[in-house]
Amino acid sequence: MQTTPSPFTFCGGIHPSYNKELSSGSPIRELPLPARLVVPLSQHLGAPAKPVVKVGDTVTAGQLIAEQNGFISAPVHAPACGKVSAIDETLTASGRPCAAITIETDGSQEWHLLPTFPDWQNADRKELIAHIGAAGIVGMGGAGFPTRVKLSPPADKPIDTVILNGAECEPYLTSDHRMMLEFAHEIRTGAEIIRHILGAKTMRIAIEDNKPDAISAMEKAFASIGGDVAVTVLHTSYPQGSEKQQIYSVTGREVPRGGLPMDVGCVVENVSTAFAVCDAVVHGRPLVRRVIAVTGDAIQQPSNLLAPCGTLYSDLVAACGGLRGKVAKVISGGPMMGFAVGSLAIPTGKTASGLLLLSTGKVSCYTSQACISCGRCVDACPMRLSPSELSQCIEADDIESASQIALMDCIECGSCAFVCPARRPLVHHMRRGKAIVMAQRSAAKK
Amino acid sequence: MDPIILNSTLWIGGIGLVSAAALAVAEKYLSVPQDPRIGKVSELLPGANCGGCGFAGCADYARAIVMDNAECNLCAPGGSDCANAIAAFLGRASSALEKRTALVLCCGDDSEAARRAAYNGINDCAAAQATAGGDKGCTYGCLGYGSCARICPVNAIAVVNGLAKVNKAKCIACGKCLAACPRKLIKFVPSAAGIHVLCNSKDKGPAVKKVCGTGCIACRICTKLAEGSINMDGFLAVVDYAKPLTNEDVVAKCPAHCIRKDTPPA
Repeated sequence: MQTTPSPFTFCGGIHPSYNKELSSGSPIRELPLPARLVVPLSQHLGAPAKPVVKVGDTVTAGQLIAEQNGFISAPVHAPACGKVSAIDETLTASGRPCAAITIETDGSQEWHLLPTFPDWQNADRKELIAHIGAAGIVGMGGAGFPTRVKLSPPADKPIDTVILNGAECEPYLTSDHRMMLEFAHEIRTGAEIIRHILGAKTMRIAIEDNKPDAISAMEKAFASIGGDVAVTVLHTSYPQGSEKQQIYSVTGREVPRGGLPMDVGCVVENVSTAFAVCDAVVHGRPLVRRVIAVTGDAIQQPSNLLAPCGTLYSDLVAACGGLRGKVAKVISGGPMMGFAVGSLAIPTGKTASGLLLLSTGKVSCYTSQACISCGRCVDACPMRLSPSELSQCIEADDIESASQIALMDCIECGSCAFVCPARRPLVHHMRRGKAIVMAQRSAAKK
Repeated sequence: MDPIILNSTLWIGGIGLVSAAALAVAEKYLSVPQDPRIGKVSELLPGANCGGCGFAGCADYARAIVMDNAECNLCAPGGSDCANAIAAFLGRASSALEKRTALVLCCGDDSEAARRAAYNGINDCAAAQATAGGDKGCTYGCLGYGSCARICPVNAIAVVNGLAKVNKAKCIACGKCLAACPRKLIKFVPSAAGIHVLCNSKDKGPAVKKVCGTGCIACRICTKLAEGSINMDGFLAVVDYAKPLTNEDVVAKCPAHCIRKDTPPA
């Protein structure tokens, strides 16, 4: 066990002000159980889950309420005991309406647990993968890719390296940081289970150098572990937590265009996902809650809350002492990749790592100007794209040209828009362009 | 004479002569005979190339009329005159075309319908809709970022105070705005119809009142007055344009003022 500085770093990237001190010192608190939970059926990438309960049913915490619907999908479980009062639509942070099951909680502490694997070291890998799928575990870093799928690579793509992602490069967010400090042992167990399933020799725990306490906590937790395990200290730079950039920083391998980490023998899992894996395998608890950082200068007490998935933002705000000053912008997630929302009646999900409330002094309303071709976005893009050219193609509705210059490779990290002196909403253009391409693709399939 | 000038003149002239000969031969042996009626029908069409007929422009539609026996009354900009002229030219039976116009089913402009957030993104309705479901309080109403106005080939749509309005006199009923609207609230209506329910909200009355001062609250007064030509679709009054609406009282009696009489274009 050793700690090494990362030998490489990705090209481009930016250095925003991180503002993590607002909530990084506040220990994780359990949120008092809200009276009502609105559990979205699409908390993951892929097809929404299919409800298996009816209005009026009584559910127990941990009980399956919606089943996996297709290969890229994940089941959803009840986060608390209570009664199903409605199955309808809710608005989600991304702006798309999504089917949701509303549960009026009754405060009962009963749990409906899955079977456990106390002897997981000798358990069958396939069984463990099926168990992780049944527990509804998805990548908790933001994308929500079903972990079951990530852990079953095809036989011709052997995995030799597991990277545990503790970079948390988004400004303001501190949930992974607190997880590493307070649940180091569980994260280690989860990481070992993941390594066992994949049969990988090497494991790297990737943490940015602005979190020295998390680095030493992880060093301590992983000290007694055998094999090629090391903490890799990354330069503090955004987007260091992005999968492809992190693989390059840790191993020097480049994921090919349109490829997946498994193409270069890597699997990247978030530290919170490792915790969820441990919770499911060792304690039999499905993924129904997560730590969410409620922070920003417009909240009374910035906190890290352990909240059931389906908690409304308004309940999170109330648990943090309410609002302070004049709130100008509410962002679900971090300031770089999060979604600005227009209401607090939006539920959290498995991928919600933060809720950011900013006051008038922290946000500005810009008018975008024409591109001055300065090329700063090209320097900043960690995917080596040309955001200025892409955005102009999309503005002119020339989606075909944009696709030819790799529009779909954009990871929407926001580095280009951050540096643009003309204040062009570059990421917004990319999202619009990508949405059109996706719509064209699904139309072509039909 | 300078040999350079002489040489170049002879060479360029020679190349020109050879090419002209090649073209003449091609014209004679490789030409594709085209039905002369296609050109004539093409001339009778207005040439807007809007695609509203479902073909790839006026030339393609003319070809389809002559070769594939397509209906001659599909051209909305040309209207009945154009359909009759083509039918007379081809000696076919003429069938009348009902003139249609696009209509934005919303009258909640910025002074009536509140916005619940400040949107500071790109100027495009679909992009605004994708950002937290749009900034308008009403989830059915016009967002007012003018995607329909930009796509309109004849500039018939203008956004006034955050609300798109179709100029009936200019509209050629090509249908491009119907496809461009992410909220699908532009519909075709007969141009002759004068009274419309300008609301698309399927929400219940109290929910509508909360977000818009002029949305349909499902009071059903109009359905009683209109005797079958206005019907309820859930919580929304919808005009049935197949039945003539004669009782103009519905306009004055609508408590939400969302039933409007067409004002003639200025």
